[in-house]
Amino acid sequence: MFWINVKRVLKSGFFSFIRNGFVSLSSILVMVVTLSVICGLIFLSAILNSSLDQVKNKVDVNVYFVTSANEDEILSLKKSVEALLEVEKVTYVSRDQALSDFKERHKNDEFTLQALDELSDNPLGAVLNIKAKDPSQYEGIANFLQKGNFISNAGAPIIDKVNYFQNKVAIDTLSSIINTADRLGFIFTLIFIVVSVLITFNTIRLVIYISREEIAVMRLVGASAFYIRGPFVVGGAVYGFISGIITLVIFYPVTFWFSRVATELYLGLNIFSYYTSNFGQIFLIVISSGIGIGALSSYLAVRKYLAV
Amino acid sequence: MIYFDKVSKVYSDDSVALEEVTFSIPPREFVSIVGQSGAGKTTLLKMLLAEEKPTSGKVFLESTDVHSLNRKTINTLRRRIGIVFQDFRLLPYKTVFENIAFAMEAAGRTDDEIQSDVPHVLELVDLAKKTWSFPHELSGGEKQRVAIARAIVNQPDIVIADEPTGNLDPLNTYEIIQILKKINDLGTMVILTTHNKGVIDSLGKRVISMENGKIVRDDNEGKYVL
Repeated sequence: MFWINVKRVLKSGFFSFIRNGFVSLSSILVMVVTLSVICGLIFLSAILNSSLDQVKNKVDVNVYFVTSANEDEILSLKKSVEALLEVEKVTYVSRDQALSDFKERHKNDEFTLQALDELSDNPLGAVLNIKAKDPSQYEGIANFLQKGNFISNAGAPIIDKVNYFQNKVAIDTLSSIINTADRLGFIFTLIFIVVSVLITFNTIRLVIYISREEIAVMRLVGASAFYIRGPFVVGGAVYGFISGIITLVIFYPVTFWFSRVATELYLGLNIFSYYTSNFGQIFLIVISSGIGIGALSSYLAVRKYLAV
Repeated sequence: MIYFDKVSKVYSDDSVALEEVTFSIPPREFVSIVGQSGAGKTTLLKMLLAEEKPTSGKVFLESTDVHSLNRKTINTLRRRIGIVFQDFRLLPYKTVFENIAFAMEAAGRTDDEIQSDVPHVLELVDLAKKTWSFPHELSGGEKQRVAIARAIVNQPDIVIADEPTGNLDPLNTYEIIQILKKINDLGTMVILTTHNKGVIDSLGKRVISMENGKIVRDDNEGKYVL
């Protein structure tokens, strides 16, 4: 009996979907807008994340060592820094490397190179380039280096300076901007999703409002709540599925066009290739939110008219 | 058999729709309920269908107190009662066949039963030619006959017809009443409410007259008297 009912509910849901042509069309259009908002927010957060990642990658802390510092001592310091949980990567730049980097940077600057040649010894100290997992963690790392009192065998401090304290203000501002952007992005996403779900919900409620007398008749004929509600829920799910497909199709040329116009602008994230490479995931999100919103809205909207 | 035991209905603004109404209807009877608008006819029918609860008193269908039922058992009760309304109330996006089949599906009948019974009732109300039409393609009289077919297809114990001829011309009115009589002859209790004096006078069956929520007459071979 249950399966006969399920079969009948499915059939009746599909038929009423087709026979209510115009109403179905308008609900689908509204749902396409909702799903486009959701889809757009997926891209927006991808863009935001990739820009933030690139900014984050540009932040680091440099530890400059005195020229007399022993390479072994520096490497052992490097090991202890690497052991810190907050640290993502530590790069060691030796004195010779620093010198050749310096020469490379100033190869068009004859005066500087000449002045360098005047010196008998390499004036540059070795450098540790430290990258944290999160910008807010630089302070802890810098403090660790500062308080550690790393001293050479001869008893002199080996660290010349840690440039975090020069860059502190810039890094702090940056990490707070990043945090705010993250949080704002999340809040906006939520608000947009809630608003568009409400609009869809209202549209479907109107569709079902039109059918309120039908529902009353079904009730009086002795149909059970499941039997009345079922076709509406199926109809809602069908709206969601079709809207999802339309949205995905629309986004194909849109992202293609967008990626051609705006690739450079967004620091190299190619939206079109993001869309195609993450298609499975986006497909699942869009289609399942479509079906979910459609079915749930119908379920809730019918409930109001079931109380005869 | 139906039994109303001192049923009263008072709405929240103190307007009295029914006042201590007591009567019974034996099985297989044809009863007409007459009275002006607002006399309480529709409220009476709603009580029987458990659409509204009485303020006091009880309504029995055989030995069951109608208002002690929960949602699920109400559905079972309603499947034993076929209803015909003045405004037809067909499902607009279903064909004639589907409208009638829906009542059978709701009652949990099998597809085979539906395939054999629906044409049979359509034959009974003389609508076999319109099986695949939609309600908006039918005349008022045809719609009402579909509604009657829907009401009787589950072989109910009772058919309630709430002013079924209110929207129809004299010829269609006559045909609808003939169909209701036929249903009654086949052994189903029919409860008819109407304003139509001619219908009542020609029926020569039991008439309950109502006024201001009270029964003022109950005659076995009644006429329409105001």
